[in-house]
Amino acid sequence: TENETPDARWMQLVERIRDTRDEAAFAEVFGHFAPRVKAFLMKSGAEAPLAEECTQEVMATLWHKAHLFDPERASVATWVFTIARNRRIDALRRQKRPAPQDLPWGPEHTPDPVEVTALQQESAQLAKALSVLPETQRTLIERAYFGDLSHSEIAAETGLPLGTIKSRIRLALNRLRHEMSK
Amino acid sequence: MTKTIKHHLTDALLMGYATGSLPEAFNLVVASHISLCDDCRARLAGYEAVGGAVLDVTTPCEMDTDSLAKTLRLIGQTPQEQKIPAPPSPGLFPAPLRDYVGGDIDAVRWRPVGGRVRQAILPTSRMASVRLLHIPAGVAVPDHGHNGLELTLVLQGAFEDGQDHFGPGDIEIAAEDLQHTPVAAPGRDCICLAATDAPLRFSGLLPRLAQPFLRI
Ligand SMILES: [Zn+2]
Ligand SMILES: [Zn+2]
Repeated sequence: TENETPDARWMQLVERIRDTRDEAAFAEVFGHFAPRVKAFLMKSGAEAPLAEECTQEVMATLWHKAHLFDPERASVATWVFTIARNRRIDALRRQKRPAPQDLPWGPEHTPDPVEVTALQQESAQLAKALSVLPETQRTLIERAYFGDLSHSEIAAETGLPLGTIKSRIRLALNRLRHEMSK
Repeated sequence: MTKTIKHHLTDALLMGYATGSLPEAFNLVVASHISLCDDCRARLAGYEAVGGAVLDVTTPCEMDTDSLAKTLRLIGQTPQEQKIPAPPSPGLFPAPLRDYVGGDIDAVRWRPVGGRVRQAILPTSRMASVRLLHIPAGVAVPDHGHNGLELTLVLQGAFEDGQDHFGPGDIEIAAEDLQHTPVAAPGRDCICLAATDAPLRFSGLLPRLAQPFLRI
């Protein structure tokens, strides 16, 4: 359909990995994300062999945690980014990384397809907004995400339209809390 | 909890957490606040979505030729994880803090720091330090300034700092320019989690002498 975003495809593939341990689906996800994760890790300061090794671990984590992916709260690209970032903190900075308490799924939590599509579209809009930012600003944001800026160097005013995606996720959290309290 | 929180994380801290550029001690305070606060959880997810977009437009790298095969072998070596996160167990501490303490409040090994205030320093990387503070109701933390950044998350009770009131889940962010004397509110002892990336500057002579021993 015309509303189809690339992420809709990745989401279907992750579901196939989760439900049927589908290696062909995994190969397709790997083909797209592994070379980007490796590039991300190298731009974060890892030498090629370490970046290669960590990328394999990141992709294996994706396989093992496929059942924890919630398309109402993140796109596949975002989810892969968080796994890669955590691996980077582990391997490159040699720090433990405390993670927020995860919200347990309600027994019958099934993501709402309308909300999932809306989140995917907003993620695509965010990516587009990032691509049209003035060069210097975009470079600064990329450097921040490659771990190249200290927290005091990060100016939080990024000029990115985070408002809609934020309220979308807030909605998903409310839904989840509601299911949990049932 | 989430509805009563009035003092939240700044955008810079949330982005710092999303990009993975905060010291471990700050990460612990941020993760603990997010565990209690859906507003900041949603804001963080926004910054992580930017990370997803950055990753997606990154120029891909060449993978080793046997990369996929090796990854599948790696997958085969690790047993399948089917764990769904457990519902939060009742207690005072959010899950990330419980991990560092090795339990809830009754597992904390407190040390006196003077003025009936007690603390427990938690092990993290050396770039910044984080401690639990137990301040009896009505008692003040010695007046001090900051060389760096200090984050204080209230877990129980409350404290007043000048005009501001900080209750459970609230976070106070004290930068270099702030000189303050937080006082635990009457009624209930205040327990908070405080991280700093530089030693505090105490105004009184005595605390300054004690500083090397207390590691404040
Ligand atoms: Zn908050
Ligand atoms: Zn202070």
